[in-house]
Amino acid sequence: MSAWETVIGLEIHAQLATRSKIFSSSATAYGAPPNAQANLVDLGYPGVLPVLNGAAVRMAVKLGLAINARIAPTSVFARKNYFYPDLPKGYQISQYELPIVADGSLEIVLDDGTVKRVGITRAHLEEDAGKSLHEGLPGVTGVDLNRAGTPLVEIVSEPDLRSAKEAVAYMKKVHTLVRYLEICDGNMQEGSFRCDANVSVRRTGATKFGTRAEIKNLNSFRFVERAINYEVARQIDILEGGGQVVQETRLYDADKGETRSMRSKEEANDYRYFPDPDLLPVALAAAFIESVRATLPELPDQKAARFASQYGLPVYDAGVLTASRELADYYEAVVRAAPADPKLAANWVMGELAAALNKENLEISSTPMTAERLAALLKRICDQTISGKLAKEVFEAMWSGGADADAVIAERGLRQITDSAAIEHVIDEVMQKNPGQLAEYRAGKDKLFGFFVGQVMKATGGKANPAQLNELLRKKLSG
Amino acid sequence: MRELHHIGLTELAAGLRARRFSSVELTEAFLRRIERAQGTLNAFISVTRAQALTDAAAADRALAAGTGGALSGVPIAHKDLFCTKGVRTTCGSRMLDSFVSPYDATVVAKLKSAGAVILGKTNMDEFAMGSSNETSYYGPVRNPWNPRLVPGGSSGGSAAAVAARLVPGATATDTGGSIRQPAALCGITGLKPTYGRVSRYGMVAFASSLDQGGVLTTSAADAALMLREMAGFDANDSTSVERDVPDYVALLGQPLAGLKIGILKEFFDKGLEPANEQRVREALEVFASLGAKLSEVSLPNLPLSVPVYYVVAPAECSSNLARFDGVRYGHRCENPRDLMDLYRRSRGEGFGAEVKRRIMTGTYVLSAGYYDAYYLKAQRVRQLISADFTRAFASVDVLMGPTTPTPAFAIGAKTSDPITMYLNDIYTIGANLAGLPAVSIPCGFVADLPVGLQIVGPFFSEARLLAAAHAFQGATDWHTRVPKGYA
Amino acid sequence: MALTREQIESIAALARLELTAAELPVYQDSLSRILEFFGALERADTASVAPMAHPLPGLSQRLRPDVVTEQDHHAEYQQNAPQVAAGLYLVPKVIE
Repeated sequence: MSAWETVIGLEIHAQLATRSKIFSSSATAYGAPPNAQANLVDLGYPGVLPVLNGAAVRMAVKLGLAINARIAPTSVFARKNYFYPDLPKGYQISQYELPIVADGSLEIVLDDGTVKRVGITRAHLEEDAGKSLHEGLPGVTGVDLNRAGTPLVEIVSEPDLRSAKEAVAYMKKVHTLVRYLEICDGNMQEGSFRCDANVSVRRTGATKFGTRAEIKNLNSFRFVERAINYEVARQIDILEGGGQVVQETRLYDADKGETRSMRSKEEANDYRYFPDPDLLPVALAAAFIESVRATLPELPDQKAARFASQYGLPVYDAGVLTASRELADYYEAVVRAAPADPKLAANWVMGELAAALNKENLEISSTPMTAERLAALLKRICDQTISGKLAKEVFEAMWSGGADADAVIAERGLRQITDSAAIEHVIDEVMQKNPGQLAEYRAGKDKLFGFFVGQVMKATGGKANPAQLNELLRKKLSG
Repeated sequence: MRELHHIGLTELAAGLRARRFSSVELTEAFLRRIERAQGTLNAFISVTRAQALTDAAAADRALAAGTGGALSGVPIAHKDLFCTKGVRTTCGSRMLDSFVSPYDATVVAKLKSAGAVILGKTNMDEFAMGSSNETSYYGPVRNPWNPRLVPGGSSGGSAAAVAARLVPGATATDTGGSIRQPAALCGITGLKPTYGRVSRYGMVAFASSLDQGGVLTTSAADAALMLREMAGFDANDSTSVERDVPDYVALLGQPLAGLKIGILKEFFDKGLEPANEQRVREALEVFASLGAKLSEVSLPNLPLSVPVYYVVAPAECSSNLARFDGVRYGHRCENPRDLMDLYRRSRGEGFGAEVKRRIMTGTYVLSAGYYDAYYLKAQRVRQLISADFTRAFASVDVLMGPTTPTPAFAIGAKTSDPITMYLNDIYTIGANLAGLPAVSIPCGFVADLPVGLQIVGPFFSEARLLAAAHAFQGATDWHTRVPKGYA
Repeated sequence: MALTREQIESIAALARLELTAAELPVYQDSLSRILEFFGALERADTASVAPMAHPLPGLSQRLRPDVVTEQDHHAEYQQNAPQVAAGLYLVPKVIE
């Protein structure tokens, strides 16, 4: 057992998928020209005031319900005061003492299969800042306020995570959940889903937490894992050398693979939080909360459990297939169209389909192979029209050419041979052509069974039904 | 016919509708008066002559066609704290010296819809912080009753302009008394509505939980008309209250008999000048003679209102003024060395001393370690003060007392010690802390200087306040007095 | 309650206000007096009272429908900006 224990808490910022911003009616769509989506409220002009977007509130409540948290009947917006060019008002409207969601949890499955409960201290609503652009502008920084005012939900975990792997598993779980709930598109490249990691170490067995460093703005699972591992090693190095870990904010440098101290957000900023006088307390009646509860979809864990029992799938398969709602919906559409063998469907969705999508960098939502078309192919395997092996060839043809399974099978003459007499005939021929191997097999060289299978398959262009072939071949070879 | 500038807002509106005179004629007359008085009074920061005449001509066309609103063609002025589209909006500060607002405040838009013609933007204490209009970047405003004296603040420009009959009505704002105190020192009528009655959208924020837009006019009747057109729910302001606006004009005639008036014990303290007290007591006798019932009430926590205000208002303003950073608009220093230099010098140069003082006070009381002792404590005491008012209104309909402890004082007399200046607001601040409506009306003179009587009412009792003021003005003529030189 | 020079400097820095050497003691004095003035608040018994955030009791935040109504006015708004290029607001280079 290691001398050191790692303690990690994650603060995840998820951009809510509302059409307009949290306090103004500007659009939130990504990719607009600089400042084209920044109105007077977003720009913090003199005299402007914030008005709260109801959809952002509903989404936060939805999240709270999905993590079994307490929804605050009254929550308050507070101003977090600091100066930065991408923060037009000189304060961020956030929530401080009374967040909208508190005391929830999520379960993650560790590598060894154990289930761990990760506490979620709170989730609150706040507005995003704009963007500062430093590249390509000599001597100046350019500020784009399109993002300023986009609604965020900040999800704060308890410091329950004990390794980078656990942190990634938790982050992935949250990522899946917010997409299931349709409250966030989870697009990490576009910055819709970001993570700050609070990392500290302590001697194994110690009860007090060590001093933590905060690593900001990690926007990929890989970076989170690497940054945490680097940081843990860095802190252990310091402590073993007799030094002290400084409580500070750090950035992860992906090129160098290391974390470094942030210079610009100097001295511990005193944010001087106070309730925002321009906004009234948000009061949520039980009826409102229940109306949001009614919109909850089947959550990932529930769906995975159902897949395991309803479709007889192993836990692992159920987990993979429910990683996204789109994938789970796709799988179920396949099974609906080809109900005979859900496990076969699972294998194909997780196998051939996933590989083909990955190769072309496609998401399931852009698949050229619809669930119905895949199901049609699977039906042909189930009804013995073609073998599983040949089906792969059919799949490739369907994927690139767009034709249906039956058309490809017919065109390429891939129908499986299931006529016993026909198979026997070919077996007889093969046995005749290979007397030497036949004698060796009958003398006891069992390995040669595969040789004969291969020969028959070659002679039939791979179309002999494998099960029948095996049975008939065994009978004939044994004489 | 009387000279146009002696006719109040309501009568001007009626005269325009009856086509006794045109808006262009009226506008031209007031513009001339403004321009003649500007050197002495310095009541205006911007005079929008060309636009005013264009708008007046348009109003005349609407009046001829029989279309047009309740204030069609009536000239008014806006305190330079209200954003006016396409027009310079400075808030009395170097920080916004060349700022042209791209939008109209809701109040401005509403008055425009009612047909009012804007003559210009009035001078004010910088960012509404002051009680004498001496902190303006554009120089002090002078009291038309005596140019060596202050008109009061922060709406000193609007008050001086109305008192000198340069405009029949002007918008103003009140955070700690900035409508009522200048009204008192200038001998005019000033109303601060209930918090949330008038939209704050486009009214540059000083202290968000205290600021309210209101009116300065020469009579309660005129205030009723202007308020009716300005008030109302605004979806752009989350603190704006969804409540119908009564027709304040129609309700002016409410009989006074039986009105229960509470005389605020704490307002008759040793700070109140005896001659001022005398005028106020005489005014109370007038109310009694009109049938009101007087009694004494005590609001024991009220004396704490000044320290409460000077914790809460600076705290909120320190945050509200953080947006003035030289990045997207407003003053920017020359050749900033780095970001910190950009912020510190732009703000150091752009803001005047009182504003900086309040920003620093506010920053301090919100800071780690002091928040509980100062800000939270002040907000708790504020709750106590509000409760005092609620208790009082259980037994009386309105509260009355002096608006200010003294008449207008000399320019420069109180600028050396901020606290002496802050104590000018001692009678007005309570209504802001509790969000209550309050009006100041002229009730006499002390050594040829006006004295104001303040009437405070429960939430949304503007109609009753205006009716009481109107009844008083029907029985007295203090509100008709015009300063020498402006008659 | 007297504030030290360091405290004034620290408050001014937090508020991003540059004070000249001459100004510093003036603010130090007036702010100290103002803080002393606040001492009166300690007299009040506020043990059973909640801090007031809004003067009108019992009101809660209205929720706005999720509708986009804004159009692109950045060219107009940027006329007020001290320094703009390629649609971006410019500030001295910030190093993170």
